[in-house]
Amino acid sequence: MGQNQDYFNEMFESGAVRPPYRGLGDWAESMPAELRSLKQSEAEKLFRRIGITFAVYGEGGDPDRLIPFDMFPRVFSAEEWRKLERGIKQRAKALNAFLLDVYGRGEIVKAGLIPQHMVYQNEAYERAVAGFKPPRGVYSHIVGIDLVRTGPDEFFVLEDNCRTPSGVSYMLENREIMMRMFPQLFKENRIAPVEGYPALLKRTLASVAPQKCEGEPTVAILTPGHFNSAYYEHSFLADMMGVELVEGQDLFVEGDFVWMRTTEGPKRVDVIYRRIDDAFIDPLCFRPDSMLGVPGLMNAYRSGGVTIASAPGAGVADDKAIYTFVPEMVRFYLGEEPILKNVPTWQCAREEELKYVLDNLPDLVVKEVHGSGGYGMLVGPRSSKGQIEAFRSKIEETPENYIAQPTLSLSTCPTFVEEGVAPRHVDLRPYCLVGERIELVPGGLTRVALTDGSLVVNSSQGGGVKDTWVMAE
Amino acid sequence: MRLQVRHATTYRFDPPVRGVVQSIRAWPSTFEGQTVIEWSVEIDGAVRGSSFRDGAGDQTETFTLLGPVRETTVVVSGIVETIDLSGILSGHRERVSPLAYLRSTRQTRSDSALRELAAKATIAGAAPLEQAHALSNAVRDAIEYVPGETHAATTAAEALASGRGVCQDHAHVLIAAALTLGIPARYATGYLHAEGGIAEASHAWAELWVKDLGWVGFDPSNGVCPDERYIRISSGADAFDAAPIRGLTQGVGDEALDVDVQVVEAAQ
Repeated sequence: MGQNQDYFNEMFESGAVRPPYRGLGDWAESMPAELRSLKQSEAEKLFRRIGITFAVYGEGGDPDRLIPFDMFPRVFSAEEWRKLERGIKQRAKALNAFLLDVYGRGEIVKAGLIPQHMVYQNEAYERAVAGFKPPRGVYSHIVGIDLVRTGPDEFFVLEDNCRTPSGVSYMLENREIMMRMFPQLFKENRIAPVEGYPALLKRTLASVAPQKCEGEPTVAILTPGHFNSAYYEHSFLADMMGVELVEGQDLFVEGDFVWMRTTEGPKRVDVIYRRIDDAFIDPLCFRPDSMLGVPGLMNAYRSGGVTIASAPGAGVADDKAIYTFVPEMVRFYLGEEPILKNVPTWQCAREEELKYVLDNLPDLVVKEVHGSGGYGMLVGPRSSKGQIEAFRSKIEETPENYIAQPTLSLSTCPTFVEEGVAPRHVDLRPYCLVGERIELVPGGLTRVALTDGSLVVNSSQGGGVKDTWVMAE
Repeated sequence: MRLQVRHATTYRFDPPVRGVVQSIRAWPSTFEGQTVIEWSVEIDGAVRGSSFRDGAGDQTETFTLLGPVRETTVVVSGIVETIDLSGILSGHRERVSPLAYLRSTRQTRSDSALRELAAKATIAGAAPLEQAHALSNAVRDAIEYVPGETHAATTAAEALASGRGVCQDHAHVLIAAALTLGIPARYATGYLHAEGGIAEASHAWAELWVKDLGWVGFDPSNGVCPDERYIRISSGADAFDAAPIRGLTQGVGDEALDVDVQVVEAAQ
């Protein structure tokens, strides 16, 4: 197994296997090559059969392409996880407190801790919900926090996802498939289960039922439809939670409530887990040309007849310019020190910082403030002179659209490659649930950059996924 | 002044549509300048619900009509007692930060002509209110009131370039100009009691955020700030966002629209 001195290898430290990986010590090495390729094609067949494929917008090619699954698990010790869990929950709590505040009195802005224009002139700030307090004051019910590791005890948050973070179906399916293929591993190791996630999500959503809901809340998942790249996940979650998967045309507003057309007549819906962007959820409030939404939904929401999760307007907390201020949010709202660190970030909107960024482009990662999915970003150390210069002109044109960060030495995890097993860079997206309580299943989605040396883990850019283990106490 | 309003909007669909959903904000704003004596919004046969006051202070309600619908009429009527507050929206309860009205929309986006208009109307060292008046006057001078030259989707930049327009265009241009100077601005809709007893249609103007006064209305079309002849109904970032009636039909029928507005002085 190769070991690169510049990066923290999560399995090996000074030639020895780190404790959380002990159960995997000779697992991969003792696996015959034929068995390995057999298992790999078996995994692929399983993924195909359950239909978990991933279409990437704007990339062309095969829309039914599989995200490559790597069989080598990524492992955390119980102790490592305890700290991560505390940090993630703390962050999810602070982000929600921020949202409640900026749609309410705006104390953090008045205190001068966040520039007012970053909040109120933000494209994701929805005037339509100002002054409205959603049930339990929760705006972001599913917070996906992207983390990277650079050392034994060093974790950094790359970005927060407060709207509709995707990928949790991979967390669940990766585990399911690993258990089917390697039952022995799960007998030998005490791995904390993640399969409780759908039940926990359902309970979280039910706990934010609206004022006017009587009895057991009815939850539904609202999808833009089968052409959406995450449609599989929408239908998978609906199945696992035992709730209806609906499209805009399946719902209608009448009186104070939202109703679902069913074969037995209209049924009231109390909580909608929507996987549609704000702009499209109600043509009477937002984009009038939207065919995906439900006319009148925002009125039913704002008058307490239905809950929308995540709440419209939640996006103001997760843009990359606001990200810089999350540690301040933790201190301001919770009176605590942030457990998870931010990556140092330069705002190109600020003149001095812009100068630094332009002078150091070959060493930096530059991202669009509103971008996602690894599009429109520059990884300085891995770009050609020409690419860097092209990107320089883009930044100079609209500096306020960009932020820059140092290139982090992302940790590596052993990964099956052509030649055997080799370290590849990984990140982690855990899914924190916020309702009556804040909960987190022990695990998340580990993404891996399959190309040797690559630091970009996005599935749209050649990334794969791994099962993520948290060892039980 | 005691003003009586009757505003009927009739939609006709051919062929009939499966259903109609409307979000309506056609109730008079609650502030010191106007007191509602009576007011109603009616649609025959509609199921009503989801009534609430939004963050901008507008009373909002959903009306649903199940089809087939060939024709539907929204009748807004009532009597309001008004006083002249020189356009100041005092005592209006709203919860949206004025800073949230610094973003432009498709219709209020500025171009170099709009920036120039605003720059030329800028008075060094002027008090905010004086500055707002200067902007409003500049807009009145730049655009002649000519009905029929512009349409519902005309942008501020287009209206300024043509030099002609109606109240909607005046309001959009004033909003766009104010935004270039960093003054929060928004679109207000309502009714105007014009001389002769009958207004041509419902009216619109702009509101600018003036330090120490709050929101103040400016009506470049008439060269005044809204007084006792005005009834304020709803607001938004632009005409589309502020529309008192937003509707959607289920079906593909051709839609025709009839509007009949009367604003008269009511007998005491």
